[in-house]
Amino acid sequence: MQLTQKNLLGIKDLSINDIQTILQTSTHFKEILQRVSKQLPSLRDLTVVNLFYENSTRTRISFELAEKRLGASIINFTTSGSSSAKGETLLDTVKNILRMKVDMVVVRHSASGVPHFLAKQTNAIIINAGDGTNEHPTQALQDAYSIQEKFGKIEGVKVAIIGDILHSRVAPSNIYLLTKMGAEVMICAPPTLLPKYLKEAFPLIHIEYDLEKTLRWCDVANVLRIQLERQNQPLFSSLREYNLSYGIKKNILHRIDKEIVIMHPGPINRGVEIDSDIADSEQSIILDQVENGVAIRMGVIYLFSGSPIAVNTK
Amino acid sequence: MKTILKANQINLMIKRLAFQLMENYKTEDIENTVFIGLQPRGGIFAERIIKEINGMQYPKSALYGKLDITFYRDDIRQALHLPNQTSIAHNLDDKRVVFIDDVLFTGRSIRAGLDAMLDFGRPKKVELCILIDRRFRREYPIQPDYVGKEIDTINSQKVKVLWKETDNKDEVVLI
Repeated sequence: MQLTQKNLLGIKDLSINDIQTILQTSTHFKEILQRVSKQLPSLRDLTVVNLFYENSTRTRISFELAEKRLGASIINFTTSGSSSAKGETLLDTVKNILRMKVDMVVVRHSASGVPHFLAKQTNAIIINAGDGTNEHPTQALQDAYSIQEKFGKIEGVKVAIIGDILHSRVAPSNIYLLTKMGAEVMICAPPTLLPKYLKEAFPLIHIEYDLEKTLRWCDVANVLRIQLERQNQPLFSSLREYNLSYGIKKNILHRIDKEIVIMHPGPINRGVEIDSDIADSEQSIILDQVENGVAIRMGVIYLFSGSPIAVNTK
Repeated sequence: MKTILKANQINLMIKRLAFQLMENYKTEDIENTVFIGLQPRGGIFAERIIKEINGMQYPKSALYGKLDITFYRDDIRQALHLPNQTSIAHNLDDKRVVFIDDVLFTGRSIRAGLDAMLDFGRPKKVELCILIDRRFRREYPIQPDYVGKEIDTINSQKVKVLWKETDNKDEVVLI
């Protein structure tokens, strides 16, 4: 048994076996994270750069914690305060950093395909921490892990992804992963927030425009953020109107009379895609997702760190 | 492939080791002793010993845990090693600890185990109980305190302990 990929560029490239190995390995890291002493010496010889060309709270902090807890040496790069402001190109920046003996690059960028470009141009191990509207693989892995933790399985679970699909990288990664693992996926959004190619790209998914019908169908509702910073044209008339038609609210959940699990990859626009009382309710596992994110990223960094091919189970 | 120990011999050895352990750890000490099986293959051996000890009708049952050493191995970066479960529910501060493993060879696993154990506390004393000791093959200064059987082997040989729970029979073979 072996991982099929050297880099984690997207869920699209992973085999079912790869995904299972990552989820399984991460359960052991979750156990370690419950200990008083959470520090491991395993990756003392690994140096990682966290290259964040775009803002991030959860992903950046959980990658950093995961790297530290595995014993790796880390450096953090953000565009503000760097020479990117002076016009240095992405590839020049990365080549310079790699010359300082860095083994792994965790990269977030607003342009889709940046991790793939770096994987082609350099020898470093590339981990995608979110690229444009393409993929956010570690988010999908932590979401799947949280679903597995809650339901004991992924196969057969009905997952609805609700909200701004058009600008989302979380949605494609989640759809790839969930459909590979045998879950049923429904996408729910106003037509203006759905990409045109959706059904062609993902023939297995259901598309629904009505929120109440979606919630009646699903076991899990993964609610996505309205990405106001990426909208250069109005796709719905007002945030209030969006909240009234697609926001997850107490009255609609009460009406469907069924306990569904609420997820959100963060950051939350409270009162837009989800109301505060629901985000903070018993049925929300939003903070569990965050906790699992560290274990998942430890699993990803550990498994992708070496490029050793043969898996020894002893 | 050559059989070194058969099922009935293994069972007698487990009984003997359990008695030896109880001889050294008196009844009142049992609650201060934690038996730790080293994953993956020491776990089953440890469970068998615990069963014997608990069967001796002492008032309290023995404390027991499983420890995975994967992340502490000195060769962790030479190949991809997948971890196993760790379950230690007891703080090890000032406890007596008995490590239990099936085969002692180079001593490197035990070194890693000692390192991994320290995440759970600082024991008063640590001892080592082994089913098969491949003596003269040590690469680290580590010796067992309780031994089922000592055997002499060359490096190219492999000793495998088979358990009913995972391999459908109890047997020790030399490959």
